[in-house]
Amino acid sequence: MLSVLTFLPLVGAVVVLLAPSDSLKRWLAFGATVATFVVSLLLLPGWQEIPDMQFVERYEWMPGANIHYHLGVDGISLWLVLLTTLLMPIAVAFSNQHVKQNLGGYLALMLMMETAVLGVFLALDLVLFYVFWEFSLIPMAFLIGKWGSENRVYAAIKFFLYTLAGSALMLVAILALYFHGGTFDLLALQEAGLPPGLQQLAFLAFALAFAIKVPLFPFHTWLPDAHVEAPTAGSVILAGVLLKLGTYGFLRFALPLFPVAVSNYASLISVLAIVGILYGALVALAQRDLKSLVAYSSVAHMGFIVLGIFALNEQGISGAVLQMVNHGLSTGALFLMVGMLYERRHTRLMEDYGGLWASVPVFCFFFLVVAMSSAGLPGLNGFVGEFTILLGTYKSSPFFAVLGTAGVILAAWYLLHAFRQVAQGKLTNPANFKDKLPDLNWGEIGQLLPLVVLFFVIGLAPNFLLDKINPSVAALEVVQRPVVVEERYADHSSQPTFIFDINPLTTVD
Amino acid sequence: MDTALLTENAVALLPEIVLSAGVMVLMIFDILRREQNGASSLAGLSIAILLLGIGASLFIWGRPPAEYMEGAVSDGFALSVRLVVLIAGVLGVLLSRNYLPAIERQGGAFYSLQLLAVIGMMLMGTATNLIVLFIALEIFSLALYILSGFYRESPRSIEAAMKYFLLGAFASTFFVYGAALLYGAGGSAHYARIHETLSAGAGNPSLVMPGIALLLVGFGFKVSLVPFHMWTPDVYQGAPTPVTAFMSVGTKAAAFAGFFRLMMTALPSYQSQWALPLAILAVLTMTVGNLTALRQSSVKRMLAYSSVAHAGYILIALVAGTASASSAALFYLFTYAFMNVGAFAVIIAFEKRVGNENDVEQSDLAGIADRSPALAAAMAVFMLSLSGIPPLAGFFGKFMVFKAAVEAGWAWLVVIGVLNSAVSAYYYLRVVVAMYFQQAEEGGEAKELDALPDSRSPHFVVTVAAVAVVVIGLQPGLWVDLMRGLGQ
Repeated sequence: MLSVLTFLPLVGAVVVLLAPSDSLKRWLAFGATVATFVVSLLLLPGWQEIPDMQFVERYEWMPGANIHYHLGVDGISLWLVLLTTLLMPIAVAFSNQHVKQNLGGYLALMLMMETAVLGVFLALDLVLFYVFWEFSLIPMAFLIGKWGSENRVYAAIKFFLYTLAGSALMLVAILALYFHGGTFDLLALQEAGLPPGLQQLAFLAFALAFAIKVPLFPFHTWLPDAHVEAPTAGSVILAGVLLKLGTYGFLRFALPLFPVAVSNYASLISVLAIVGILYGALVALAQRDLKSLVAYSSVAHMGFIVLGIFALNEQGISGAVLQMVNHGLSTGALFLMVGMLYERRHTRLMEDYGGLWASVPVFCFFFLVVAMSSAGLPGLNGFVGEFTILLGTYKSSPFFAVLGTAGVILAAWYLLHAFRQVAQGKLTNPANFKDKLPDLNWGEIGQLLPLVVLFFVIGLAPNFLLDKINPSVAALEVVQRPVVVEERYADHSSQPTFIFDINPLTTVD
Repeated sequence: MDTALLTENAVALLPEIVLSAGVMVLMIFDILRREQNGASSLAGLSIAILLLGIGASLFIWGRPPAEYMEGAVSDGFALSVRLVVLIAGVLGVLLSRNYLPAIERQGGAFYSLQLLAVIGMMLMGTATNLIVLFIALEIFSLALYILSGFYRESPRSIEAAMKYFLLGAFASTFFVYGAALLYGAGGSAHYARIHETLSAGAGNPSLVMPGIALLLVGFGFKVSLVPFHMWTPDVYQGAPTPVTAFMSVGTKAAAFAGFFRLMMTALPSYQSQWALPLAILAVLTMTVGNLTALRQSSVKRMLAYSSVAHAGYILIALVAGTASASSAALFYLFTYAFMNVGAFAVIIAFEKRVGNENDVEQSDLAGIADRSPALAAAMAVFMLSLSGIPPLAGFFGKFMVFKAAVEAGWAWLVVIGVLNSAVSAYYYLRVVVAMYFQQAEEGGEAKELDALPDSRSPHFVVTVAAVAVVVIGLQPGLWVDLMRGLGQ
């Protein structure tokens, strides 16, 4: 079942490439993503609220090297899989409307990317994971480089090399883990436990790869370029799904495999996350380009998620998982709306707009809801995630929670600022008048509506998601037995100490 | 001398015997055929001979290792080397088929030399004796000297042949000297005896390290290790492209195979002494190769420096010096055969088109994806595979080598290897960027498209190689097992 889910889009990509006409390609690509979404929904009826991996598939892939084709899904990955399969048809539908040049190639790359991303979320063998992880770069780099805006080639190369270089050392770390444990199997390695010395080094190698992907301050510089230059659907997928690969990597690999190293470095990474939150928000505030604003807001929001993860308690991590989904929905929707506006007016500068509520009220209504969701208005999804994260952070370090809260305020500021500049005020620019600027059509409303409905669903009934997330989070060793973690790896001699030594493990009640 | 010795275990050399007979048939056929007729059937005949060679290798596959007259052994390692070399040979001949008429050269001598080179390369993998090793080295080297000068109208080609020959002859003398010193040290030219003598504490151990150093010069030249790589870009660029494609893979496979067997069967007891110098050479080779490749504008020169870097990666396996490392190196070469020959095949398809006789500049490739989407896609596959992006074959080649090295305790070397690999992505990516993201300059392109010669053969090779790179990448397990290490 998971294999069908993972490779259905790839099959779709081949079919799309072979299809004779553009209109057929559109339908095939859309059909493939919808079919994948339906398959992923089938995970829910048979779901058990247990911490273990479900729907596991395991076959030999390279017997000589003890590498397996090993897929599985648990509470941490379930919603990310669903997020991916939901965003994909929406992104494809948007592209179907707007992409003119070389449509077949574009859609095939989107579908390839879906396979790569789902593979990362489902892989339980380190080599298999690495293969999907690296493979996800290729379609994205091509999407940016071929279909992006003016500075696309630079952005594509920067994106590709930055993330490639970041994960190079991860490969060495994977080999080192194999050398120690004799297997590439994540669950087996987790079971066996690793010596603290190896944990430190391997964690640094993994963390570098993940931090670049997230992106965590100061590794974020590729992101604004990539986002601003990418075509709209590319941005939606990049922000909605690809960034989650980094935070997911921390959760799936770093936390279970390197509990000692994680608790050592938690404070440092939390500080970086907070710097990212504040820095991203302040830079977003200074943007004139709407798309850059959303891009920098991603830096800030992703910082929140990392902060939650490294609170190293159940609330923080569950909130982070929830917020990963929320951020995917909200930021995906934001990029989609920026794209819709751009396709009409071919400018993204906020000063070119103003007073749009008078000419395109439907657009502005959706824009308001999406912005509020992103800003974390209570009742909508963003609030639940951020609140849970802050709760977890407060438990481990009240100081960090205070700083994080400042980020929430800033987020409301720049999003309202954007909304005010675009939608409110007096309609002065003639190009924005009602006869020149058409409002959203039914197709576009259809793309936004599922997301907006989910804002409310998650905002009002988050437990539907959290009930499935929590068992897996609670089973994490760092959460469940923080003290035991320290005893189990009694050798503390190699632990570095930091100036910011606020060890979250000592404050768990 | 007992005549029974001559035939005993001769089956171990069956592929070489088949090919040698084939070369003679080919030469006679070339004389007998009428002037200018049947030139293309020469290629067909050569392919048939090579396929017979593959058949012969498969025929003796799985038999217990047999040694012929203390000179050559047919074990799993030798068979795997043969397979790699024969594949490179087949692809090389296929590429030459349409290339030779284009440069107005007759084929008989060309194909005979190519087959002779294949024989020499296969022998390198089997040699268990310093003398056989040297003869094998010279068989393929001499053939390649001539082949690289085959494009007589091009001054670059003549220059390439001259350089390759002079420097190669020089390197060979170092090699012979080194072999002589090893003979002096171990009292025999036979690997196993050398090992026996030295590990028993007899012989003349003080000659071992000087001998290794001199042999290393000879090997280093053949596989283009830094600092013996200076000839590589000139020869790769000047030689006819099919020859470059063939020798870039064949020479590496042969020389590394010979080197592996020598170091691991004759001198394993000295591993602690030779491993570190080789590791330093590997670092130098990877780094210099990659950094210089960054600055190239000619695609052939870029691939030449990239082949230097790849020699460095493979050398990591030799530093590790385990049985699994030797099979990893062969697997690397197996994948390298497809991706590198494939890349050169694309160059052959493009070089006529961009109005260049024997090379392609990166700027020539701008926007070519719009005009030849299939070729561009294949080139992208080869470039990404060469830079080691999964799930393509090149990734697993590197992966197996790095894994073997980590297992042997060379983690720091692997760190340098992966960092180099990340650097290399930049120049491979540049080709992809040029093909896909840049626009062609206006004018003249349609004309060149029309002037395209019939180039089915490059297209066939490109297709085969691209499919192989993808299939090996998706299902690597099968092919890894095919490549046997020493003593496996």
